[in-house]
Amino acid sequence: MAVDTATAVPPPPPARQQENKEEQPYLERGKKRHTGPLLLGILVVWLVVFALLKNHDTRALGLQDTTDFHEWLNRIRDWVQLHGPDNWFFGGVLGFIGDTFNNIFTFLQKLVSIPAFPRPVPQIGWLGVVAVFAWIAWAVAGLRSTILVVITFLLFGVFGLWQDSIDLLLVTILAVLVCFIIGLPLGIAMARRTTMSNIVTPLLDIAQTMPPFAYLAPVALGFGIGPTTAIVLTVVYALPPLVRITEHGIRSVPETTIEAARSLGLTSSQMLRRVELPMAKRTIVVGVNQSMMAALSMATIAALVNGPGLGKPVNAALQIQNIGAASVAGLLIVLMAIMLDRTTTAASERSGGVASVSGPQVLLMGVVLEKLPRWATEDAGRGVRHPRLTNAGKWTIRGLWLIPVLVAVYLSRQQLNFAQFPGRDVWGFLKPIDGKSVTKYINDFSNWFIDKVDTFTLALKNDVTKVVINPFQNLLAESPWWAMALVILAIAFVLGGWRPTVISAVCLAIIFGTGLWNDSMVTLAMTLLATLLVMVVAVILGVGMGRSRRTDTIIRPFLDAFQTIPPFVYLVPALALFGVGRFTAIMAALAYAAPIATKLVADGIRGVAPTTVEAARSTGSTTWQMITKVQLPMARESLVLATNQGLLYVLSMVVIGGLVGGGSLGYIVVSGFSQDQLFGKGLAAGIAITAMGVMLDRIARYAAARVGR
Amino acid sequence: MTTTAITPEGGQASPASMENPALHVDGLWKIFGPRADKIIGTEQANLSRKELQEKTGHVVGIRDVSFDVAPGEVFVVMGLSGSGKSTLVRLLTRLIEPTAGTVELYGEKITGMDDSALLETRRRKVSMVFQHFGLLPHRKVVDNVGFGLEVRGEGKSQRRNRAQEMVDLVGLSGYENNFPDQLSGGMQQRVGLARALAADPEILMFDEPFSALDPLIRRDMQNEVIRLHEEVGKTMVFITHDLAEALKLGDRILIMRDGEIVQIGTPDEVVGAPADEYVRDFTSEVPKSHVLTLKWVMRPDTGEVPADAPALPHDQIVRDAARIVLDHDGPCRVVDGDKVVGVVDDEDILRVVVAEEAH
Ligand SMILES: Nc1ncnc2c1ncn2[C@@H]1O[C@H](COP(=O)(O)OP(=O)(O)OP(=O)(O)O)[C@@H](O)[C@H]1O
Ligand SMILES: [Mg+2]
Repeated sequence: MAVDTATAVPPPPPARQQENKEEQPYLERGKKRHTGPLLLGILVVWLVVFALLKNHDTRALGLQDTTDFHEWLNRIRDWVQLHGPDNWFFGGVLGFIGDTFNNIFTFLQKLVSIPAFPRPVPQIGWLGVVAVFAWIAWAVAGLRSTILVVITFLLFGVFGLWQDSIDLLLVTILAVLVCFIIGLPLGIAMARRTTMSNIVTPLLDIAQTMPPFAYLAPVALGFGIGPTTAIVLTVVYALPPLVRITEHGIRSVPETTIEAARSLGLTSSQMLRRVELPMAKRTIVVGVNQSMMAALSMATIAALVNGPGLGKPVNAALQIQNIGAASVAGLLIVLMAIMLDRTTTAASERSGGVASVSGPQVLLMGVVLEKLPRWATEDAGRGVRHPRLTNAGKWTIRGLWLIPVLVAVYLSRQQLNFAQFPGRDVWGFLKPIDGKSVTKYINDFSNWFIDKVDTFTLALKNDVTKVVINPFQNLLAESPWWAMALVILAIAFVLGGWRPTVISAVCLAIIFGTGLWNDSMVTLAMTLLATLLVMVVAVILGVGMGRSRRTDTIIRPFLDAFQTIPPFVYLVPALALFGVGRFTAIMAALAYAAPIATKLVADGIRGVAPTTVEAARSTGSTTWQMITKVQLPMARESLVLATNQGLLYVLSMVVIGGLVGGGSLGYIVVSGFSQDQLFGKGLAAGIAITAMGVMLDRIARYAAARVGR
Repeated sequence: MTTTAITPEGGQASPASMENPALHVDGLWKIFGPRADKIIGTEQANLSRKELQEKTGHVVGIRDVSFDVAPGEVFVVMGLSGSGKSTLVRLLTRLIEPTAGTVELYGEKITGMDDSALLETRRRKVSMVFQHFGLLPHRKVVDNVGFGLEVRGEGKSQRRNRAQEMVDLVGLSGYENNFPDQLSGGMQQRVGLARALAADPEILMFDEPFSALDPLIRRDMQNEVIRLHEEVGKTMVFITHDLAEALKLGDRILIMRDGEIVQIGTPDEVVGAPADEYVRDFTSEVPKSHVLTLKWVMRPDTGEVPADAPALPHDQIVRDAARIVLDHDGPCRVVDGDKVVGVVDDEDILRVVVAEEAH
């Protein structure tokens, strides 16, 4: 038998039945697109037109000149200012909202930051405020966050910017609170109803594509200048991430859990309260974190419309190019960002791991826990050494710690030194480290730097401006407007097909309509250059990070840190290094946009299947071949995504760069706030910025969809 | 193929309607798709699953299923992946809405109940155990077990006591304060079991509860279910795709394919008289001597066997009878009560036992 089978021809495989045969996929004929040659063709035609018709039909407009459209907007403003108070909408609805928030805000300010008449100091002095915030941080996030909070708050006082710091914090927290009140139900509704999600998601898309500068003016017009405007602006900017993440969190509760709960007979509200919300809690807190970071960055920018907070000293210092003063305020903003980020992150980590150690336990070691009364602790189950606190126990301990907090609050109401942060006159030891001294140190250093090193950076700036920025900008801004529009549409068509071309046509029409074509092209030139720079940096760093874990672990924390810094603050070091000018704005944009783009590229490179990389290595590719022929092409989707994100980040920063001599649209927006007759023009600039953002975003997205296939 | 040598006797046990069934299912349909209700009653309903999907985009989940489950019975539903088992069990409590047909639980119509009555049914009368446990990670074991009691509004101390009882019953004493992620998969499923038992339901439903567990733990859990069934005596509907599990636990087995019933019968009927090739394929690997009873291997009594030969009950498992038959010289009698219904000799036994060795 054995011999037989060994020599026997193996039987033919059993004939498969027809229906079991694998279905043949639908064959798609590849389209040859010739993208490269087409783009080259467009460029050649463009250059020819440029050479022939340079400086014709550029639609340039002097800074003080306005168009009918701008005047029309001015008249609307005048009407609103004149008749607004009697109008049901402006005076009634908006006025009511404005008054409410102004009152709440003033109440809070009197509580913790400004003198509460007739007292010469706030109701609660700095000591009480520090104690209260420390207690909150400890209760929600644990000991480390508490230390961070205490240090940060003390520095607010030491640097002499207590009131501005606390105001900024109030705006941020108040805005996040409003976001939470609106965003949580909205996110839940979107998770539960697809129609709701379909309606709201595009709105969130638009809100997130709009650079924040674009809606400063309309909001300021509606709510007047002051705290309410700052809060509303901040809410608009900080709401989308919270809503999105909440929706995502609720949707990601596993179907199996939902089904098991349904089988137990839960009502819909029981499902929400006992299953969905607790299970999505951690994600929702991440949403609060994102929302809070967004809120902080917008709240600083709101200083331009007289919003309260640290943005004001930064802005004032930037105006007179006092690097030291701008740095001190900027540093506090960064510290505040780190503090808020760390605290909310710690809170989310804690709210996720139910079994992890909770706050009070950090302070009360396991030994102490065992000695607590029976109702305060419970056995934590098998395999867990220490008992854990019951809810009653936790709140008792939190309550106990409230006693010293209340003592601090009491003291801060009684003693002037605990009410108003003492300056160097009272506490002599502060002299070398207080705000004045630090400002001086930085200014001294910056002056020394300008004397010694700045020749290099200035030369760099001038050379780059002359060789790269000016020619490119001239090409865009000095071409006839119709030629430019055709070029953009042609590129949109070649890259993305009909749809982005149509959208671009609409956006270009809007830009043309604002009467700011020429300025828009200058901004576009800067945006494109900065994006190119961002992508160069992102690809170099991203490839390095994607290929090596070590590089990644070294670079990533820096990127994380960069990302927590509000964009406004980037202007300070950029100004210090390069002085005013468009180059400075581009550099600030680079610093702001590079981290996100780098991360996306790195993730894309890492995402290339290891088996593919291995196969390529086995064919003997060099490292260079590997990167250029395998990894980058396979990560092209991430590259396009990174470009898209980079574009939007750059656009918003280039516009803010108007404050440091970036010129064009951003500067017009800012002028709109400071000069009465330019209000309409500033508003128009905001519209042009939005149109440009939407256009760039759509072209990049459709191009990405094409590349993806 | 020795299986063909086994002559089925009595044919298939037809699922004749019972007097007072615990669960009565009649003409149940589920078609997935937006216009599902328009399909039933038309010709399209007779199309095969694949054809219907090609023509209309609708998927048949369950097609015209009827059966009864007796009180106290363990009723197993089995079939390959995608045969519609999960859909069926979810239709029984309307976690998925049926497209047509009725489901009655102890005479109460579940189909057609209003929402509050349905919630009440789920809270008190039916409990389910799922493949992926579906525990709440933010609650301690004891709170997971008491969750069903909590949502139906029972007092804290009462539900604590009941939950603790259930935790002890499933052998998790000492773990009541742990969180689910601190437990192994088998222990987590014990929590799921305890949660289902806590409500003291009239009927328990299991959807492949042990598929995610490794074989040793699975065996433990199966024994646990058998023990619980003996202790609390609940009616159970048990879904599985594992025939060994079905044979081990089931009083009766329903075999499904493509959303339709292929066969309903006791374990020995399914193995001894498979309704078609599909079932035969399924059962071909089963150790037959462990499942078949003497009724399936005996020959008609021709009067040649002496009256003093050992008498064996007709529903005795072959394996258990083998010793006696082989030790005895000559054939033995097979009896149903006092009546002799057939005879078996060594050869009849060996045919079943040896057939397995050949596999
Ligand atoms: N919501 C749905 N929409 C469309 N088709 C569905 C839906 N749910 C299930 N089906 C289809 O119904 C059929 C039966 O699915 P079901 O989950 O009941 O199978 P099963 O027997 O439980 O399989 P498994 O052993 O894999 O759990 C499958 O073909 C599945 O694709
Ligand atoms: Mg299933």
